[in-house]
Amino acid sequence: MRPRSRAQRRAADMAIRIAMVPSALVGIAVLAWILWEVIARGVGALTPAFFIELPTPPGMEGGGLGNAIVGTLLMTLSAALLGTPIGLLAGVFLSEFGPSSRIATVVRFTTNLLMGTPSIIIGIFVYSILVLPFGHFSGWAGAVALAILILPVVMRTTEDMLNLVPDELRESGLALGAPRWRVTLGIVFRAARTGLVTGVLLAVARVSGETAPLLFTALNSFYWPGSLNEPTANLTVTIFNYAMSPYSDWQQKAWGASLLITVSVLVVAVLARFVIRDKRGKA
Amino acid sequence: MTPAGPGASSTSPETPGALRDQSRPDAVFKWLTAACSLVVIIIMAGILFELVRNSGAAIREFGFGFLTSDSWNPVIGEFGAASSVYGTLVSTGIAMIIAVPLSIVIAVYLVEVAHPKVSAFIGGAVELLAAIPSIIYGMWGLFVFAALMQTRVQPFLGKYLGGLPLFQGPPMGIGMLTAGFILALMVLPFITAVTRDVLMMVPPVLKESAHGVGSTMWESVRFVSLKYGRRGIVGAVFLGFGRALGETMAVTFVIGNSHRISASLFSAGNTIASSLANEFNEASEPIYLSSLFALALVLFGITLAFQTIAHHWVSRMQRLEAGDR
Repeated sequence: MRPRSRAQRRAADMAIRIAMVPSALVGIAVLAWILWEVIARGVGALTPAFFIELPTPPGMEGGGLGNAIVGTLLMTLSAALLGTPIGLLAGVFLSEFGPSSRIATVVRFTTNLLMGTPSIIIGIFVYSILVLPFGHFSGWAGAVALAILILPVVMRTTEDMLNLVPDELRESGLALGAPRWRVTLGIVFRAARTGLVTGVLLAVARVSGETAPLLFTALNSFYWPGSLNEPTANLTVTIFNYAMSPYSDWQQKAWGASLLITVSVLVVAVLARFVIRDKRGKA
Repeated sequence: MTPAGPGASSTSPETPGALRDQSRPDAVFKWLTAACSLVVIIIMAGILFELVRNSGAAIREFGFGFLTSDSWNPVIGEFGAASSVYGTLVSTGIAMIIAVPLSIVIAVYLVEVAHPKVSAFIGGAVELLAAIPSIIYGMWGLFVFAALMQTRVQPFLGKYLGGLPLFQGPPMGIGMLTAGFILALMVLPFITAVTRDVLMMVPPVLKESAHGVGSTMWESVRFVSLKYGRRGIVGAVFLGFGRALGETMAVTFVIGNSHRISASLFSAGNTIASSLANEFNEASEPIYLSSLFALALVLFGITLAFQTIAHHWVSRMQRLEAGDR
């Protein structure tokens, strides 16, 4: 370390301090700016017709995105039903039987790998196993792609939440003669249930705003989702298509859909983090 | 009632539930949870297998030249990954150059300088930024930020730094630089959050010792806190890099979808992810589709490599530091 004068050292410190406040404000400013633009540009599109009607042909004004809203809800729900049970049980394995098992280390590493895999690659994967062989796009393929995104996140939060439950609780259950499965499902789950539920909610909310996995699986549609066995309308791919289009009516609808998604995702995220932080403080 | 010895497997109605042999249901339970956790491994293996299988035609056709060729001609069926890989690396590079120093400064501010309530508020805002879906960044990037780039930022850069080939060319608003900025905004919350958590875990005793021998705030951060937490911070930077590599929707909106490699940051380009998003559904010929699968395989390989390096760095540092203490 070069010996520097006190003035030099103080100057360096001051320089950093001066840089700090604008840097921190960048975060808030950008957030506020994005939220402001989304609200200002999107609120005009959220008429009752937006929620109830089908899209009109390109270029014609009017209509709505009711089918896309229903489609997104259907696929998100299906993905949650597919991914959550597997994720919960896998998280149980990692937490309850994990520390002693080498398989658990491999699984944990692989879970991190899967979480870091770009969602568009997961979409391409599901395309090649669920779209190519059947010859058509489907809402099921979209739901599976979303479920693959949900799975590692639920595994991770389940493992974390179960690890927070003190071992004494498990030992009391076992000492009373309850079998391992009873202790886990009846006692440990109940103790950790707030954290588990919020973990699942967070994962599902995040996944509801995803676009890339749906681009080649569920595609999009101009009609009500009759069954999930066909291309299914959804909000995110609609935003993508409408935004890139030359029609200002469609672009405004894209903003409306963006507002809808942003509000739902942020509300769930804020609530969930509020509850989890509360829980961690108590545990 | 006759007392049952240990291991007696009587399931007659008189035996209380607690004494029934539960070794079978417990074994099933363990097996079931283990099977569920193996699903992740099956999925990862499946992704690798399907990508390799479907890109076979392109690999057979172009060989390793695929990686270095910058042609992308669907008409004559000639494809190469170079422009996409270039765009992916450059846009992510710009993002990291902007985001990493900014994140560290913000994290230091939140932990060392800011009033706790201010810190909680700004920390919350940064976390909300992380929760915004990437397509919203794309919308905002295209309709709002790109307009600003075109009317203010790019002309400014062109005027004062136009001598450099980096800042030449017409200000279009969309392009490599804009994509880099948007990516920086998306990576910033993640690195800030991890750096903040890492800095908060530095034992106060270490910081106080530094102040005790006369160091300034920045000196104690630089020589004590950041050094203490460098493992976590470097790991976070690697992971952030890995995520930015695969970011699709935000980049697709603002990068312009051109398959030419250009020195200027103002020009349009493409990343692997943006090419996939734009062209996958348009790929009419089998060789076109296979080349896109090959692109996906390249991206998959790069992100896997980054994550593995990050993981090994973190665990290696963990082992080294364990020896010191």
